[in-house]
Amino acid sequence: MESVLHITTLHYLVLGAALFLLGVIGVLTRRNVVIVLMSIELILNAVNLNLVAFSRLWGGVHGQVFAIFVITDAAAEAAVGLGILIAFFRNKETVNIDEVNLLKW
Amino acid sequence: MGAIIQYVQSYLSSDKTPGAAGNMFWALVYIMLVFGGLSVAVIAMNWLERKILAHMQVRLGPMRVGPHGLLQPIADAIKLLLKEDIMPAEADGFVFWMAPLIVVLAAFTVFVVVPFGTTHAITDMNIGILFMLGVSSLSVLGIVMAGWASNSHYPLMGALRSSAQMVSYEVAMGLAVVSAILMTSLNATGTGTLSMIGIVQAQQAQHEWFIFKFFPLGLIAFFIFAVAMVAETNRAPFDLAEAESELTAGFHTEYSGFRWSLFFLAEYSAMIAVSSIAVTLWLGGWLRPFPNMLNGNPWDQIFSFVPGVTFLFFAAICFYNTVRMPKHPLFRIQTIGLAGFGAVLGLIGVILFVPAVSTRIQDIFWFSAKVAGFMYLYIWYRGTFPRYRFDQLMQMGWKVLLPLGLGVLILTASVALLQQKLWHP
Amino acid sequence: MAPVATPFFFYLLAGIMLIGGILVITRKNPVHSALALIVTLLSQASIYLMLYAPFVAGVQIILYAGGIMVLFLFVIMLVSIERSMKERQLNSQWVAGIIAATALGGLFIAVYMKGTSILPDHALSVVEDNNTQEVAKLLYGQYMFAFEIASLLLLVAIIGAVVMAKKRI
Repeated sequence: MESVLHITTLHYLVLGAALFLLGVIGVLTRRNVVIVLMSIELILNAVNLNLVAFSRLWGGVHGQVFAIFVITDAAAEAAVGLGILIAFFRNKETVNIDEVNLLKW
Repeated sequence: MGAIIQYVQSYLSSDKTPGAAGNMFWALVYIMLVFGGLSVAVIAMNWLERKILAHMQVRLGPMRVGPHGLLQPIADAIKLLLKEDIMPAEADGFVFWMAPLIVVLAAFTVFVVVPFGTTHAITDMNIGILFMLGVSSLSVLGIVMAGWASNSHYPLMGALRSSAQMVSYEVAMGLAVVSAILMTSLNATGTGTLSMIGIVQAQQAQHEWFIFKFFPLGLIAFFIFAVAMVAETNRAPFDLAEAESELTAGFHTEYSGFRWSLFFLAEYSAMIAVSSIAVTLWLGGWLRPFPNMLNGNPWDQIFSFVPGVTFLFFAAICFYNTVRMPKHPLFRIQTIGLAGFGAVLGLIGVILFVPAVSTRIQDIFWFSAKVAGFMYLYIWYRGTFPRYRFDQLMQMGWKVLLPLGLGVLILTASVALLQQKLWHP
Repeated sequence: MAPVATPFFFYLLAGIMLIGGILVITRKNPVHSALALIVTLLSQASIYLMLYAPFVAGVQIILYAGGIMVLFLFVIMLVSIERSMKERQLNSQWVAGIIAATALGGLFIAVYMKGTSILPDHALSVVEDNNTQEVAKLLYGQYMFAFEIASLLLLVAIIGAVVMAKKRI
């Protein structure tokens, strides 16, 4: 009971791992491209949670600075990914990820 | 029982906000006061907007409902509450219901850090201004959801335009805010602060409101923020997205009754919130005019009379209009009502002369007076400027305000650096 | 201010995050998924506040919840077609996906159970007041190069997104 009530770094790491797992399931199993991109955002958030939790554990703010860079990165990647999606949608009128197979041999 | 009284009284002599002091009871009291004050302010804004716009357009505005239309907002509120609640047939029910909720939440949560005085804020986060900008940007989500969930093309177009406009002008707002925050670091210790109370205290320590600092840089930054905040809250002249002649009513076309009144409430609260940011960052927050130049005994006394004099002035206007009311028996109730309202205002004015009340009320009064000035500016803009076309609007946000903001930021940083190096090496 | 009721808030926020995450990956309607993701992101910002990282929490609210999710909602409104919500929602390799995710989950459990012993038990008490100043010192000092690269990355992303979404190049 004591270990459940006293919140240690491990609690945050487990929460991050659970979110990461949910994101991976979303990326690997869903058909709608937009939901796949949102699951990627979930993965990035789980990583951020780990970074900030360790930054609290070891003192100093290096983990938080890296988390800010990850957030910036996520913004850039979401913008480019959604741009690709719009260009693809204009060609094929679908958001089904199974139909992104123009280069299939 | 004694412990509760002890808990309540332990805060009264503190010099921190209730949030910082950890006192839940007083934090709740402040929350209730802010919420109540905000509701009264929105109701007053409704009446003031209609009357002031009317007088600017050489007409009278609402005159029938109460004396000089004073009960008009209450009649409007009752009408909105009694209207039928319509939801479009194919609308997404959950999202349709959530959208006004999100906009109201975003507009009200911002007031947690607004500083009405040195200790008169609900709490003082050390990322105060960041929190305010971030939470007020959450209202864009509510607008997009409202337009989408209405399942109709006018709201969708209105929501897309509205949110594109808000997102564009947020960038310009952020740059103007950054150049003001930069000025907070020019004090003795050399570190700036993001906390709202800290920003006003920096202005007090540097003996200069930031609007006058590094003239004209502070003024240009204030101007950028003043324009961007009008565009951010979708008010004239940037109200293409909700103008009746253009898009029926934009994103809140399909909302009726109480849900529409939530959007209305959120719009006016957002106006008050961004005006509070402008007042805190550039106009010295709760500081009275000339706190350092004209200090000392006679001036402090004179400035402490201003709140009471203001309310007595309003009471005098009420009594003057009571005398001018038509002397017809059908107007008797209205005349008595107006005289009573004037008497209440006069009573408040007299109470504000009592020194015990006046010392506590000073900060709150000056802050509210400055925010009220901004509200008058909003109404003035609505009555004066023609509406921007949407492409002109976006062009101004990205091609005019953004480079101007960047330029002001770079110049402010350079001048600050020069000042540190040359005058205080 | 001393932290108040930490386990209660942690479990509440963790529950909201996990429920939001599950809703993101299971909803048919992408707008509902986006809303669930917004809830997850906002509760993540609150957890950052619990971890004494107020600046990252502010950045998360402004950028993620107020910027990236608006972008997602715009694109969903542009590409959302009713037909896609009525079809099957799992893609053609979902079995392999579930197996891989289970393997990953097992790996996580194994790593965490083995590695609990090397984590120190206490957390250093970090002063919260100067968090922004500390982040700024690192960001513009030690990590200045990375900061410039990140801004270059954003520039490339802007140009790329504009070019890709244009009708005629």
